[in-house]
Amino acid sequence: MTTLLTNARLIDPEAGTDYRGWLAFDGGRILATGKEGAAPAPRVDQTFDCDGLCVAPGIVDIGVKVCEPGERHKESFKTAGLAAAAGGVTTIVTRPDTNPVIDTPETLEFVTRRAREVTPVRMHPMAALTKGLRGDEMTEIGFLQDAGAVAFTDTTRVVQNTKVLSRALTYARSLNALVIGHPQEPGLSAGSCITGGKFATLRGLPGVSPMAERMGLDRDIALLEMTGAKYHADQITTARALPALERAKKNGLDITAGISIHHLTLNVLDIADYRTFFKVTPPLRDEEDRQAVIEAVASGLIDIVCSMHTPQDEESKRLPFEEAASGAVGLETLLPAAMRLYHAGQLDLPTLFRAMSLNPSKRLGLPSGRLSADAPADLVVFDPDAPFVLDRSRLNSKSKNTPFDGARMEGRVRATIVGGTFVYGAL
Amino acid sequence: MSFAHAHLLGIEQLNPFDIITLLDLAETYVDLNRRDVKHSDALTGLTQINMFFENSTRTQASFELAGKRLGADVMNMSMQASSIKKGETLIDTAMTLNAMHPDLLVVRHPHSGAVDLLAQKVNCAVLNAGDGKHEHPTQALLDALTIRRAKGRLQRLNIAICGDIAHSRVARSNILLLGKMENRIRLIGPPTLLPSPFKDFGVEVYDDMREGLKDVDVVMMLRLQKERMDGGFIPSEREYYHRYGLDAEKLSYAKPDAIVMHPGPMNRGVEIDGEIADDINRSVIQEQVEMGVAVRMAAMDLLARNLRARRAEKGVMV
Repeated sequence: MTTLLTNARLIDPEAGTDYRGWLAFDGGRILATGKEGAAPAPRVDQTFDCDGLCVAPGIVDIGVKVCEPGERHKESFKTAGLAAAAGGVTTIVTRPDTNPVIDTPETLEFVTRRAREVTPVRMHPMAALTKGLRGDEMTEIGFLQDAGAVAFTDTTRVVQNTKVLSRALTYARSLNALVIGHPQEPGLSAGSCITGGKFATLRGLPGVSPMAERMGLDRDIALLEMTGAKYHADQITTARALPALERAKKNGLDITAGISIHHLTLNVLDIADYRTFFKVTPPLRDEEDRQAVIEAVASGLIDIVCSMHTPQDEESKRLPFEEAASGAVGLETLLPAAMRLYHAGQLDLPTLFRAMSLNPSKRLGLPSGRLSADAPADLVVFDPDAPFVLDRSRLNSKSKNTPFDGARMEGRVRATIVGGTFVYGAL
Repeated sequence: MSFAHAHLLGIEQLNPFDIITLLDLAETYVDLNRRDVKHSDALTGLTQINMFFENSTRTQASFELAGKRLGADVMNMSMQASSIKKGETLIDTAMTLNAMHPDLLVVRHPHSGAVDLLAQKVNCAVLNAGDGKHEHPTQALLDALTIRRAKGRLQRLNIAICGDIAHSRVARSNILLLGKMENRIRLIGPPTLLPSPFKDFGVEVYDDMREGLKDVDVVMMLRLQKERMDGGFIPSEREYYHRYGLDAEKLSYAKPDAIVMHPGPMNRGVEIDGEIADDINRSVIQEQVEMGVAVRMAAMDLLARNLRARRAEKGVMV
């Protein structure tokens, strides 16, 4: 059945365009797009008038923590899927730091099956780079890749032994597997829970120098020069790490970098009176860093923006700041938070969707994230201007640990379409 | 009278008028404490619970004595030994306490911000008796009272705070209080114990004792927090004493009438020479202890008045 979306504001990150037009899809694939009035719409079975709403390729979110297996009380595939659909996320790329760790083809197949059974959006799993995330032996990268792992990462645990990491990178290269690292010098950041500086000192919290990120990145870049592996830095959040990243790209290394939406829209002062919902990894940075990384997303130096969705229950957050668990949920707030950058005039919509949809798809070798003909009809229909006050109790996620509770936001998802099927909302 | 606070969590929330109100009231308690009959009924009928999640002898005794002299029913709970070992969270502890209907809760905790968290969850007045590396407001207030009595004023003084500033909640509270009262503050210590963000607090930073102590009116020494150091901040205690320990020679750079303070307990021969500490012409360390009781009486008195006023508004009998 052919469906036509007319009178839409099409956000095409591949072409870098934002224009009034129509989009037709059929059989789960995009057929064609065209400017309003200019190109004739093809014959269709059903038509939806978008009334000026934005239509963009659905978000591909790398680094989603679904706490299944192990901590289903925090988030399950069902609730994560609902949250993703409500947030315009059409593909979740899940983290392996569950209990047990996703480090064998068997556990990987389990999560893939669970996702297929209950999740309305697409799911691709990542697998651990080292067994048990212990950093001493590489996992069965080949088998895991055959079972569907799209990337290999020890998440926020830095592989401290450089010999182990260099072997894993070398081996991964032979399979053209993507390795995702967490740039951080673990010795320097040990015991810290906040970015060092005046605010950390005033609050009496153990701070880490932002330099720890650059030191971690420098090490990983040196290993890439050695091994030639395909590498993605999960989050680059500080101004001082950017020149190193730029140099590595200029030197032709196969490196990309990401950042969470929280580091683009919040800074260390938001922690205020020890608000643990603002405790994330790496910690929120100074405003100067935030401005620098926004510019890096605009220029394309930072390739990917993600939610770094990390559910935590009340018990693990309602603790003194140092003891509280780290992480924030983000699937449902990624798009409205990103709209803050759009409304502030810092990033336009094609740039945002390049970072949220196109680039992650390209990096993982997925066909989605585009509006071109024959791409999957994975779409988000949203109103970038619709205002609302976020109420965390209304989130679909099982855990409600969002830093945006009570925040005034603009940008609401009206409908999410995966493979041509409406999985959230209606038109 | 100005002191519109439900809790005393830190100096950060106080304005200069709050501080003066509290110190003036504390003066009356200094007089009371020197009488034969050291008793008032400001807190009669109220229950004060001292919860110490971290070792303390002096501060706990000071709060206990302050409460008893004001007529409160005082209970001490030593929390290192009790339920936190059994896995109870701070919030559960707060809920348990609420059921006991305390009126004043004095809390010390090893984590910064833990007292703030507890204050959000209990329905009584909370006094911070030290939280992690964050604040220790009654210590700063007792230091202020000691300085005011010794120097006749609490502004336009040159005050040096020396030693392990990085790990010190006393230093943070004092920097805030003395800054609000418009004094010139100098911080002196080795850079490993005096990290660079402190220079953003409107203070002067020195790593040389002699230079830093030049012409100061007040020398505040800090305890070298051995239990809080995760290793390698200073090469050795003897080198520390040589470069940063307060002795007569280093003190000679300060004004001739400069006073010497220390929050206690002292490490003699590490951060301070025993003779200086005992010199009754320079050291006000004993007076600090005396002022501590008076300041804590004043703080609990003010918070209890506010608590009674709030409850009267709500129509709850006290």
